[in-house]
Amino acid sequence: MSQSSVDLPPKGGFSFDLCKRNDMLTQKGLKAPSFLKTGTTIVGLIFQDGVILGADTRATEGPIVADKNCEKIHYMAPNIYCCGAGTAADTEAVTDMVSSQLRLHRYQTGRDSRVITALTLLKKHLFSYQGHVSAALVLGGVDISGPHLHTIYPHGSTDTLPFATMGSGSLAAMSVFEAKYKEGLTRDEGIKLVAEAICSGIFNDLGSGSNVDICVITKGHKEYLRNYMEPNPRTYVSSKGYTFTKKTEVLLTKITPLSERVKVVEVAGEAMEE
Amino acid sequence: MDLNLDAPHSMGTTIIGVTYNGGVVLGADSRTSTGMYVANRASDKITQLTDNVYVCRSGSAADSQVVSDYVRYFLHQHTIQLGQPATVKVSANLIRMLAYNNKNMLQTGLIVGGWDKYEGGKIYGIPLGGTVVEQPFAIGGSGSSYLYGFFDQAWKEGMTKEEAEQLVVKAVSLAIARDGASGGVVRTVIINSEGVTRNFYPGDKLQLWHEELEPQNSLLDILNAGGPVPMAM
Repeated sequence: MSQSSVDLPPKGGFSFDLCKRNDMLTQKGLKAPSFLKTGTTIVGLIFQDGVILGADTRATEGPIVADKNCEKIHYMAPNIYCCGAGTAADTEAVTDMVSSQLRLHRYQTGRDSRVITALTLLKKHLFSYQGHVSAALVLGGVDISGPHLHTIYPHGSTDTLPFATMGSGSLAAMSVFEAKYKEGLTRDEGIKLVAEAICSGIFNDLGSGSNVDICVITKGHKEYLRNYMEPNPRTYVSSKGYTFTKKTEVLLTKITPLSERVKVVEVAGEAMEE
Repeated sequence: MDLNLDAPHSMGTTIIGVTYNGGVVLGADSRTSTGMYVANRASDKITQLTDNVYVCRSGSAADSQVVSDYVRYFLHQHTIQLGQPATVKVSANLIRMLAYNNKNMLQTGLIVGGWDKYEGGKIYGIPLGGTVVEQPFAIGGSGSSYLYGFFDQAWKEGMTKEEAEQLVVKAVSLAIARDGASGGVVRTVIINSEGVTRNFYPGDKLQLWHEELEPQNSLLDILNAGGPVPMAM
């Protein structure tokens, strides 16, 4: 970097100098460390009573499946959920951050959060990082002004649509929506269509796989259907069971059930809130 | 076949703004592309800034959305402080200040159009770089390349509202036919002393141009229609 003879106070805003350095190193041939991406198929659609969001559950690290059952539908507010595609750390961090901001805003205003508030907070953050925060999101929810569905791209642009798909499997899922979507779907029709679209991504896109998660949001009520469909069960289980490697000698086997050591208490209510 | 889905969202676009005696007509296509994939086939590129001023956006989707959001906010404050509706000239100037002062970082071409009681209907074109040019009509976006000659021939001073809107719809539809980055539906916004009217022309209802085929709903319709009848001797 250049030497400066005068000590200037640091200029405000994010410094993109290291991004240039990383690009230069990649050009010189350095292999960048791989990071966890959610290859992904995420979808959303508006039906007659609200919004349905859907996602697959595969997280990839290059060619390897790092997590066979990750959660891509993130909580933003009791009436707003957000599916995330792209770099897993980025989607988690940005949705957690905006979820906190929304809660503080709810305390301050005394009102339920609106989807457009979440949209503006996300869009401002992503635009200020000029696309380096690699998070592509499908944001959906029902607030006082009705059901809303938005897509947010890593560079900060947004679209408002009646049905939307994002991620590497978005083309496969969009083809299902374009063929079968109509206005005024019932809850069951909507869930069936979303599951079909996600399955289309799971089976036709290498970056998506495993199970289907669905979240149904209506006025005053939400249902998070984790692993709604499991079209990829583990079919082969070895009949021999687990064996230690040949040279290992088992000296002692002692099993202590956890309930003898610790009292397990079931917490009533929906665990998904926090 | 690399679709490049990680490419920034851009609006290839055809945008048009035309004055007529009494107001302005703004028109745009509705295609937003990410690389070679159409991310949104029904986007609305004509955004409201105030009750009487609208802007057509082209170029980077994120940049143009952010600029129009800022200017809408500034104009709202300005309207409160001024005590009357903002003029089209002020709106264009605010856009120009953002576009010129951030010219290294922004990639968006805009057309501002509206009606105010001092100057009537006005169109201001603000291309890349941040120049502001007041024009009787303005075209922008990748599809505008195909319309320069068309407007030279078809534009007339003092058109009526219907003539102006038909001109805009015809022009956008011609650009959609030739430009790959433009498509979808044609949206128009008419602004005059009476108010604002939004219109919508679906892609399959537009006039067909040279070598364009009738839109078909599905392959089954084509097969059931029967092929051309073979010649009988």
